[in-house]
Amino acid sequence: MKRILFAAMLMMTPSLAEAACDYQNDVPLQSLTAAFDAWKAVTATMAECGNYRAELDQEFRTKQPAAFAANPSLYQIGGVSNGTLVPLLNAGTIRPLDALVAKYGQNLAPNQLIKIDGKVMAIAMDVNAQHLMYRADILAELGIAVPTTWDEVLTAAEKIKASGKLATPLGATMKPGFDLAQEFVNMFLGFGGTFTKPDNTPSVNNEAGLKTLAMLKKITAYLDPEYLVSESTFVQKQFQQGKIAMANLWGTRAAALDDPKESQVIGKTALAAAPAAMGSKPATTLWWDGIVIAKNITDAQADAAFRLAMQGLSARTVAAAPGAAVWLIKGYVPGKYAKGSIDSANAGAPPYPSTTVMGLMSSAIGERTADFLTGKKTAEATLADIEAAYLTRAREQGLVK
Amino acid sequence: MKPRVFAMFVAPSVLMMLLFIAVPLVSVVVQSFYATVPVYEETEVESCTPGFLTQTCTRERRSVPKLDAAGQPVTTTEFIGLKAYRTLLQPEAAAAAFASGGIAALLSIDFYGALRFTLTFTLITLPLVIGLGLAIALALHEMIRKLRGPLIFASLLPFIITPVIGALSIRWLFIGDGILTAALRAITGLPISMFAQGWTIELLMLTYRVWHAAPFAFVVFYAGLQTLERDALEAAMIDGASRLQRLRSVVLPHLTPLIVFVALIHLMDSYRVFEEVVGFASQAHRISLQFLTFSFLTPDQTGNRAITRAAASSMLTMVGIVILLIPLLLRTWRQRR
Repeated sequence: MKRILFAAMLMMTPSLAEAACDYQNDVPLQSLTAAFDAWKAVTATMAECGNYRAELDQEFRTKQPAAFAANPSLYQIGGVSNGTLVPLLNAGTIRPLDALVAKYGQNLAPNQLIKIDGKVMAIAMDVNAQHLMYRADILAELGIAVPTTWDEVLTAAEKIKASGKLATPLGATMKPGFDLAQEFVNMFLGFGGTFTKPDNTPSVNNEAGLKTLAMLKKITAYLDPEYLVSESTFVQKQFQQGKIAMANLWGTRAAALDDPKESQVIGKTALAAAPAAMGSKPATTLWWDGIVIAKNITDAQADAAFRLAMQGLSARTVAAAPGAAVWLIKGYVPGKYAKGSIDSANAGAPPYPSTTVMGLMSSAIGERTADFLTGKKTAEATLADIEAAYLTRAREQGLVK
Repeated sequence: MKPRVFAMFVAPSVLMMLLFIAVPLVSVVVQSFYATVPVYEETEVESCTPGFLTQTCTRERRSVPKLDAAGQPVTTTEFIGLKAYRTLLQPEAAAAAFASGGIAALLSIDFYGALRFTLTFTLITLPLVIGLGLAIALALHEMIRKLRGPLIFASLLPFIITPVIGALSIRWLFIGDGILTAALRAITGLPISMFAQGWTIELLMLTYRVWHAAPFAFVVFYAGLQTLERDALEAAMIDGASRLQRLRSVVLPHLTPLIVFVALIHLMDSYRVFEEVVGFASQAHRISLQFLTFSFLTPDQTGNRAITRAAASSMLTMVGIVILLIPLLLRTWRQRR
């Protein structure tokens, strides 16, 4: 609910259009995207072309499938990530972009084209990952080396707690649903688990699953006791208010920690690759954010929408907000805020799979894991529950016989 | 009134009730027995995701929904009988929990946990709302005339506030370093976190509902007190009845029909508790039956809604409310005769 209230609405009238845009857009267009800084930057550039209304809403995940299924679609342009692409792809409500890429996509790099079954279905604009952010000043003062594994993170957290500097040295996105599921997914993959077998049946109730839950439980000892309400924005604020020293947080949140309008810890935070659960592979997944074009609109609208989106994904956006994301757009020079994501990727963090199976699994994890953290259930029972919840969904969808 | 005239007067309401209550109800019953499933096919898909500088392309076998010529997903609908109810009620797991005497195990099944919360929420708030409403009504009834107007207005305020907004404002007073939590910490010296464990959230939810619903009870009882015969009260006074005796033997019997009415409305209202769960974001610790249905209707990360289970869960919720209302309805019916 809180997030709905925060959802910002931008209204730009043609009279406000600046000369910066390459052309004047005359087809009324609307987009629905998430509300973090990267999307604010992209939609602001698009608004310069006029006749465009951007809706930035962290609840887009719920709204998008229904809005795009309408005929005509309620939005022409959608902002997605590899996770949120799945529902649109499954419902067949977004269109292939190959022809439009040929017409307007001269400035796109080949790695921006998201191809599904040979067809370009989305255009990526940035790469995002949860990686380590830490208070360099506190770690240096206490003589703690930058942790590279979760065990080291816990040791460091204990030291900080013992020093009396911070009562809750860690932050984590543990709100049931997507956020908590993501913590589990990162850790589980880090412990070498695979979520499903080839026949789509689950394989979570095993050693990797138990290790994952045990580690999450250990982490909660250093979190604010109300951690079950904390999502990305909550953790970002904890950082900004100097309440925590370390968190595995989305790369797109890094710039906000140095935002003079919000932050009390400017210049004190640094970034590193996500800690490893075991071995040296960071326990995180690589995500991309990008745009899709609705299917249920006229070809003329699609043409205009794609042309406008290309303005948003141009060097002007990068110039306006170089720190808002790890851009894939031409003209981007990786800066301070890109370090965590790039280090994670180079150390072998896998991409988050855009599959139906993963969507179902993540939903089941997000809804069941809290029972273990609150002590309602044992680890084994929780994992069995996750598998059962997944199977219920998978059977309902006909993925498992 | 002639039957024909009566029929003409009632016909529009009957039609509306059929259209907006009976038909949807039947449709929900039917939906709870049928499952609509998209058809998946196994195909080898090449997908490419961005890396740095280069692209990672993988070929793998994936289950992909089948789309028809118009690009719509192909679905099949089949009769599944009571399967959705079984998934919800999990009779085997529930029986096992009963056998081992583990109430905690039983309550960890979503449906029973939600039922437990919904029932205690309803039954604890009921006497509190009626008691508090009655107390305010009696107090204001005794108040000097001049002060009554402003006081009635002030007492009604909680009732006027939109439920979700009320819940959110209470939440913001208590969450994290919220002003009231900070005050509690300062007073008690304990590290209090109201949103860290289930029972404190539940306490806040109960308090909030009583605060929100008591004004309604108050208004009804206050109106009832205005029709109280002064003669009966004075007669009781002459007989030497104390204040408490007058309340028990004169005032309460006079208000009984209203108390039943308020109880009926409150039972129906609080059994479908939902705003508190959303407002207090309590889903990790406590959910209600209505919230359970809502969570089935929320699209998961593949964009699918569990319509069948949602229909089954709303049917079960309705059965519950009917059972809960039977004693009160029976009482009203007996009085009618």
